Amino acid sequence: MKYILMMNGKRSDFEGYARSSKADLQANVAFMRAFSKELKDSGVFVASEGLGWPNDAKLVRAGNDGKPITDGVFPESKEFLAGYWIIDVENTEQAVTIAARLSRAPGAGGETGSMPVEVRQVLSSHSDLGL
Amino acid sequence: MNGQTPDTPIEHLLRELSPQALGVVARRFRDFSSAEDAMQEALLAAFRQWPREGIPENPRAWLIRVASRRMTDTVRSEVARRRRETAMTTEEEPTIEPADIETDMDPQDTLVLLFMCCHPALTTSSAIALTLRAVGGLTTAEIANAFMIPEATMAQRISRAKQSIKASKVPFRLPAPQGRRERLPAVLHVLYLIFSEGYASSIGIHLQRLDLAREAIRLTRGARGLLPEDAEVAGLLALMLLTDARRAARTGPHDELIPLDKQDRSLWDRAEITEGTNLLAVALAKGAVGLYQLQAAIAAVHDEAARPEETDWPQILALYELLQRVAPSPVVTLNHAIAVAMVHGPERGLERLRALDNDERLAGHYRLDAVRGHLLEMLGDFESAIQHYRTAAAKTTSLPEQNYLMTQAASLEEARRKNS
Repeated sequence: MKYILMMNGKRSDFEGYARSSKADLQANVAFMRAFSKELKDSGVFVASEGLGWPNDAKLVRAGNDGKPITDGVFPESKEFLAGYWIIDVENTEQAVTIAARLSRAPGAGGETGSMPVEVRQVLSSHSDLGL
Repeated sequence: MNGQTPDTPIEHLLRELSPQALGVVARRFRDFSSAEDAMQEALLAAFRQWPREGIPENPRAWLIRVASRRMTDTVRSEVARRRRETAMTTEEEPTIEPADIETDMDPQDTLVLLFMCCHPALTTSSAIALTLRAVGGLTTAEIANAFMIPEATMAQRISRAKQSIKASKVPFRLPAPQGRRERLPAVLHVLYLIFSEGYASSIGIHLQRLDLAREAIRLTRGARGLLPEDAEVAGLLALMLLTDARRAARTGPHDELIPLDKQDRSLWDRAEITEGTNLLAVALAKGAVGLYQLQAAIAAVHDEAARPEETDWPQILALYELLQRVAPSPVVTLNHAIAVAMVHGPERGLERLRALDNDERLAGHYRLDAVRGHLLEMLGDFESAIQHYRTAAAKTTSLPEQNYLMTQAASLEEARRKNS
């Protein structure tokens, strides 16, 4: 079963991260690398991407003529996706365990974090034949 | 075959032979598109059989035979279909006799393929994919892996590229000298993009990807063999070698980017530097100096300095001035500004950057902020430098660049706190 682990943050979270000290940055990068490697080594890694920062994020909808109408003004409370991992595991429990490990990514001052990680199941494109 | 272990002898052999074999089949059947599909199937068959049964005595003939058989099957079923539809009674079926195979080889075929794959009707991403498959002898799976997109997506991209070529009705032959001159820059651009994709992605956690930089060097080496008199082909190969030479030094133990002036130069690949420098010297002597030769010359000046302080910046500045005349672009102006700063001081460099403030081609691009941050740091204005580094970090689309820029900002912040 595939799950997506999503890391979200408000604009202020991104800005806070940009102001990290050198040691905090290094610790964070090292953690993320080790985390992805661990997923690969244990054979559950499917995909992972980090997203561009939300500065230029746009909300797009089609106008009556089908042309894009874009909106870039978001409320301060809006959460943006910062990055995701897709993993292929046996059950929800495993996905949640891995998400908790991700949640411990070190924060300011090298303290163990408890960042929220959103876990959602990825739908399969195969129909269940019940075999 | 899975792109994870790109260095087995069979893979090397197939990459070298498959474009040659494809040339024979495409010319014989006068159908590049189907021949290319047939060759891909022959490649996959070779990957299945050769490791088990050993490499055939004449591997190229083997590939031609298997691909031709596939082609003949396709043609037969197509003829049968048309017969049913139009009640046709006879139609010629092209076949290849084994005896023809070796006499049918034409060394120019690979060049024909290269021009075909870099056809101006194609988008650059399709031209890159098709070039890697038809000329590079790579499988769809390997190419998809290199660009980290699903194999089915890559297969579709290649198939659409071939439809465009088919629709353009270009015959399978070398363009006339005039057309060749006009279209060569597009071919070189595709090779250059394959290299820079490989160069940019050779860092990060995606360690098991096919080495596109090496593939680009191999393809450009091949192109140089086919066009030995062309100074820009040689210039491009020199540029790739002189840049690739720094590969081992440009990232640290945690894959962090290390800028040129902080690299451990003892890690630079001397053999590549020597080969690149020699190639460049011969190319420059031919007279017509182009964009790739100039960039290679700049890379060579950097590579020749044993320590960063020994870099001949006045010469680099002169080369950027030439480059601005030959191939002006905002990125060249940015690099020129750095050279100005290194020779005449950061204020003069910052002055040059102001000319780019209203350039729409750079609007929102992180490099302008990154370079401005760098020059402000040289000037000692840490506070403004930090701001620009952070703006650049928020804009860049590359994770290692982002980490590098944020680390620069953090380092300056620490230095500033210590000073105050």
